[in-house]
Amino acid sequence: MSPSLRRFAAVFALLLPIAAFASAALAQEKGLEIDIVGGNASALPIAVVPMPYQGSGAAPDIDVAGVVRADLDRSGQFRGLPEASMTEKPSSGGEIQYPTWRLLKQDYLVVGRVVDAGGGSYRVEYELFDVAKQERLLGLAMTARSSAMRDVAHQMADAIYEKVLGVRGAFWTRIAYITAVGTGKGSRYALMVADSDGFNPQTVVRSPEPLLSPSWSPDGRRLAYVSFERGNSSIYIQDITTGSRELVASFRGINGAPSFSPDGRRLALTLSRSGNPEIYVMDLGSKALTQVTNQFGIDTEPTWSADGGTLYFTSDRGGRPQIYQASASGGGATRVTFQGSYNASATVSFDGKKIAVAQGSGNVYRIALLDRSLGSPRWSTLSPGSLDESPSFAPNASMILYAAREGRRGVLYAVSADGRVRQRLVLADGDVREPAWGPYRTQR
Amino acid sequence: MNTTTRVLLTALLCTAAVACSKKVKEVPNTGTDTGPSTGNVTDTTSTAPGAYGPNDLDTDACLRQRVVYFDLDQDALRPEFQAAMACHAKYLRDRPSARISLEGNADERGSREYNLGLGERRGNAVSSALQANGGSGAQLAVVSYGEERPTCTESNEDCWAKNRRVEIVYTAK
Repeated sequence: MSPSLRRFAAVFALLLPIAAFASAALAQEKGLEIDIVGGNASALPIAVVPMPYQGSGAAPDIDVAGVVRADLDRSGQFRGLPEASMTEKPSSGGEIQYPTWRLLKQDYLVVGRVVDAGGGSYRVEYELFDVAKQERLLGLAMTARSSAMRDVAHQMADAIYEKVLGVRGAFWTRIAYITAVGTGKGSRYALMVADSDGFNPQTVVRSPEPLLSPSWSPDGRRLAYVSFERGNSSIYIQDITTGSRELVASFRGINGAPSFSPDGRRLALTLSRSGNPEIYVMDLGSKALTQVTNQFGIDTEPTWSADGGTLYFTSDRGGRPQIYQASASGGGATRVTFQGSYNASATVSFDGKKIAVAQGSGNVYRIALLDRSLGSPRWSTLSPGSLDESPSFAPNASMILYAAREGRRGVLYAVSADGRVRQRLVLADGDVREPAWGPYRTQR
Repeated sequence: MNTTTRVLLTALLCTAAVACSKKVKEVPNTGTDTGPSTGNVTDTTSTAPGAYGPNDLDTDACLRQRVVYFDLDQDALRPEFQAAMACHAKYLRDRPSARISLEGNADERGSREYNLGLGERRGNAVSSALQANGGSGAQLAVVSYGEERPTCTESNEDCWAKNRRVEIVYTAK
C-alpha cells in the first residue's frame, strides 16, 4: 500500500495550486464535527485502546486508535468504548487482562503501538481479540510516512470490520463533493475530494460558474462532472492524478448527470439536444452515443447496476419524478418506485438489492431506502431533514452519504444503511453539496 | 398540468409559431393583423413609426419586464405574462438582429439534475410563447441553470417563488 500512497501524495503535490493547500489546511485545522445522532443497541461493543508511540523521534500527530474508533462508530455496526472508560491500556496481547474487558462488556478489543520506522516513517503494529473466546483474530503491521497515518488507520478499521462482520470495509475510500461560496456574481465553486471521514480535503477544480454532479470512474482515477464554465452545461472528465481533463459533451441544451459504467468504458448521461432531456450512453473510446430513452418527459440521473446491464434513472413521464429502470442498450422502461410523490437521485447498492433516493412529500425531502432483498419491497426513511438530497452508497453499501440544508448552508451527513447512526461532516465554510462516494482504493 | 393538456398546449403553440414564422422571416414586414401596431408596420428599422428601438428596452414599461415567474413544478405561462410575451415578440420582429437568451431556473427543492430539466422546460415555454407572438426561433436560445442561480437563498415559499423563473436576457439588441 505504501507505493500507492506515495503516488497519491506525489500526485496531489503536483497538481494542486498552493491556494488549495492553504484552504485544505484551514479546513483540516478546524476539523470536522463528529456528531453521532442516534444510538444502536445492537451495535457490537469494541474497545480500541490508544496506541502509544514507542519510538525515540517525534511522535506522529495523528491519534491512530481515535481514527479507527471513529470509523467503526460511524458504521453503526460497532459501538466504541470511550477512552475515559478504559481502566487499563494494554498495547500488546500479553498485557491483556480479559476479566477487565468482560466486566466492561466488550466483545472485541484492539491493542497496538506505533514505532519509529526511520526516514520519517512509522510502523503501526496492532492486534484484534475476541474477548469471550480470549482469541486473537488479527495481528498486522503497516508502515507509512507520517502524512499517511490516517490512511493506515482507515485500512486498520477496514481489516477489523471485515474480520468481525465478514463484509469488506469501506473506510479507506474517498468522497467527492461540490462547495459553493458566495452568491450571485461573486460565487466560487469547487470540486473537492476528501477521505471518507471528510479529512484531507483537496481541490480538484475551481470555477466561478456552477459545478455539479461529480461521478467517480470505477478505478477512482477520474471524475466526470458538469460545469457551466462555457455558459451552458457541459460534461468534463478529469484525471485526478494528472489534472488533465477532457470535454466529452457540450451539445445544444442540457449536458448533465454523468455516470461511469462499472467497466469504466462508457458514460451514461442526460442530453436535451433533441429538445427534451433523454438518457444516452456514450462509448468513451469512440464517443459514439446510444439513446436509451425516448419519452415526452424529463429523463435524467442515470445510474448503473453493478453488472452494467441496467440503468436506473429519474423520469416524470408519469406526471411526477419517479425512479425507472431500463436496459442500458435501450428498450422499454419499468417503474421502480411507487411510494412517495417525488423520488429522484437514485443510488444503487453494489448487489442491486437496495436503492436509496431523495423522496419528496410536500415541502419535505428526505433520504429513503428501498430494500428489495426480501420478498416484497420495503421502504425506510434514513434522514430527518427537510431538504435532504443526493444520496450516495458506500462501495460496501454499509453507509450512505447525503447532502442536507442547515439554515442557508449545505452540509454532508453519513448515515448507516439501517438509519440508526448519522454523522455530520462539516467540511469547510460555505455550502457543501452533491457528495459522491468513491470506489475501493484497491481492486480485489 | 396533465400530459394531455401539455400536448394540446404544445400543439397549439407550435401551430401558432408556424402560422407566424413566415411573416417574421420576411424583411420588411408587410404588416398583417396580429401585431400590436396593426397596419403600420411596413419597415423593421427603428426609425419606423411604432417600431421598437434599443432605447425602449430601458424605457418601455412592458419591455422592462424581463423575468417570467412560474408556479411550483409548472412550466405553464401564467396569464399575467401574456402582455410581456407580446411586446418582447414585437421587439424581435421589429429588430431582426436582436437575440434573446432565455435562462430557465428552478427553486432549490428536488434534485439538481431534475431541476435542470425543469428550468429548460420553462425556458422552452417562454420561447414557444414568444414564437407564438411572432418572434423567430432563430432569435431565441434557451439555457437552463436549474437551481444553480437562485436570486434568493432562504428556504421559504416567498424565496422559492422568486427563483422559479425565466430571465429574458438580450444578447443582441
